[in-house]
Amino acid sequence: MGKVFWAFVRKEFYHIIRDKRTLLILFGMPLAQILIFGYAVTNEFNDAEIDVLDYARDEASQQLIQHLQSSGNFVVNNVLTSEKEIEAGMRAGNAKVVVAIPDDFSEMLYAGQPQKVQVIADGSDPNNATTLVQYVTQMVNSFEMERREISPNPYQIGIETRMMYNPQLVGAYNFVPGTIALILLIICAMLTSLTIAREKELGTMEILLVSPLPPLLIIAGKVTPYAFLSFINAVLVLLIGYFVFDVPVVGSVGLLLLMCFLYVVTALSLGILISTASATQQDAMMRSLMGLMMPSMILSGFIFPLASMPLILQYLGKIVPATYFIEILKGVMLRGVGLNFILFEVGILLLMTVVLLLLTWRNFKIRLE
Amino acid sequence: MKILGYLIQKEFIQIIRNKALLPMMTILPIVQLIVLSNAASNEVKDIKIVLVDKDQSEISRALTNKIVANDRFTLVSAPFDNQEAFNLMQKNQADIVLEIPIDFEKAYYRGETPKVQMLVNAINGQQATVGSGYLNSIIASLNAEIIQREPMMISTVQNQIASVVVSSNSWYNPELKYPHFMAPGILAELTALLTIVLSAMNVVREREIGTIEQINVTPIKKWQFIVGKLVPFLCVGLILLTVGLIASKLIFDIPMRGSIALIFGYAIINLICVLGLGLLISNFANTQQQAIFVAFFFVMIFILMCGLFTPIDSMPKWAQYLTIPNPLAHFISVSRKVLLKGSGFVDIRWEFIYTFLLAIVFNTLAVWSYKKQE
Repeated sequence: MGKVFWAFVRKEFYHIIRDKRTLLILFGMPLAQILIFGYAVTNEFNDAEIDVLDYARDEASQQLIQHLQSSGNFVVNNVLTSEKEIEAGMRAGNAKVVVAIPDDFSEMLYAGQPQKVQVIADGSDPNNATTLVQYVTQMVNSFEMERREISPNPYQIGIETRMMYNPQLVGAYNFVPGTIALILLIICAMLTSLTIAREKELGTMEILLVSPLPPLLIIAGKVTPYAFLSFINAVLVLLIGYFVFDVPVVGSVGLLLLMCFLYVVTALSLGILISTASATQQDAMMRSLMGLMMPSMILSGFIFPLASMPLILQYLGKIVPATYFIEILKGVMLRGVGLNFILFEVGILLLMTVVLLLLTWRNFKIRLE
Repeated sequence: MKILGYLIQKEFIQIIRNKALLPMMTILPIVQLIVLSNAASNEVKDIKIVLVDKDQSEISRALTNKIVANDRFTLVSAPFDNQEAFNLMQKNQADIVLEIPIDFEKAYYRGETPKVQMLVNAINGQQATVGSGYLNSIIASLNAEIIQREPMMISTVQNQIASVVVSSNSWYNPELKYPHFMAPGILAELTALLTIVLSAMNVVREREIGTIEQINVTPIKKWQFIVGKLVPFLCVGLILLTVGLIASKLIFDIPMRGSIALIFGYAIINLICVLGLGLLISNFANTQQQAIFVAFFFVMIFILMCGLFTPIDSMPKWAQYLTIPNPLAHFISVSRKVLLKGSGFVDIRWEFIYTFLLAIVFNTLAVWSYKKQE
């Protein structure tokens, strides 16, 4: 029996290796994703374009404009002369923020009278607006401090902040675990459900089912190569994270791989479940895209924090396996915790796997309709 | 012309007979709109904090009260032991650990500027910065209150309070409502996505089933075949867009400041562009699976780089240039500009030009690469 099984696994391997497009998904996708997340996708601001409406037009206001640009966060696009021009830059999307300096700016600056610098932000992007207004406020405050040489106040609560686990605030620390979870899911769940649906659609499933191999072995033979390849992928992402983006593995590597294995089993059972429910490839594709990909990206806390979502979505996020897996990965990889700290997440993942396997068991049919 | 009419008719009949397509055009966009618009927010609303108050003084209690009263913060526990607090953070039950050292209050009144310790879970760097920023401002406001209360301090600090005030207001979306920003973007993404997947699967399906042979032996010209595929899916895309616009108006009350005609005019060009890409992918695949994989690969990259979730402006310059051949990025930018800011044609001319060029390139390639003979 063992020999036949391995022959079957080998057949499946050939299927994968021979198709360029499958290889594209298998290896091109994780590579593209990790590079995009690593280099291109950030929420930080460099060189945000702003307009300045300078009523004062004197030395002090010039210096303020200089000071704003010196931070590296802003590039002044246009210096406007009247209020009417504000709208044009915003509509075209060339100005995210307009800073208006009042005409008595310098007098008031030296006299120490309270005064207002107005900031008008393009609120159509709320994220941008709040962050940029914060930056401008900081820069204006530091400008004033410098100019008026204010001595520090002794009566102050000092704050010593330590950024734990990620002192440099590198984005990669957050996305490497998320990417691993996503890749494992795509390969294990989507690819397996697609290949099984394909065999059904082409009619080759029937041939396999009438062969002397027990159906369970057929399924096992189909998923083994994917499990193996997804494992290689997970290691690949970890290596790229480590060597290119300096993301460490603080905890035990053995435990990490064990957890990956657990998640692979969960994802595989999901994939088989989807394939039992769908008759065509189009079906399987839609189900795995909508049922797996979207929730795993959006509701798992990978890109957006779960805690800020409405309650219903938080509950929905709790039934997404990726939520727990990402938590486990962050724990073991970055916080360096042992098994005793992640027992809850591991338990939930195990429970999910058992339930999914039972469901698959019940839905799996040896006969084709 | 008559041939083209029949081709389009045939395609429409196929679409209408497909039971799976109708819910995808109506329910799917609405569900996605609701879920994504609510989920995709980078706000930091719930920060779990652990306080280690070793001082137990008036100041430390005032600080505790201030933090508890702020609804952004949830006090998880207040142990006396650093190790216990750190364990909570290891278990991910705490985002911030704030430690107030012994004799803090005494040192404060002596003017020694004592320090509280703040440990921040910084795995998500952006969240960590925002969260610790909130706590910083709470502490600063407490400090200001104490100074106000002590006449002795006021006199020494008086002329040191900053006097330049930055007042800010936000145009177009004064309450900074997140769904107003997300909904138009998601709508654009969804429309482009569905049409690209449908068109990529379509030709290849005919090839796999074998019906394409029957078309190949007829006198139908190449461009007629491609246009016959384009028009029906264009209609599907426009229906989806209409349903989505109505849904986001009803559910989120998003503003529609610009001209709707401009949106639809642009959408037609953009849809022709993505349909051309879909057909191109379809032409180069022999099986549906292959088409799905290639389409999936591109779609994934398009979505991550289209500016829907993270702003294009904050990408490095080379990555910003890479978004030029991404039709999704232009669509999202146009729908946001026109709907939220009421931009006119002049403001979005570049998006128009790029999309137009891309549409020509993709569709020419699609016609060129469709071969009647194997």
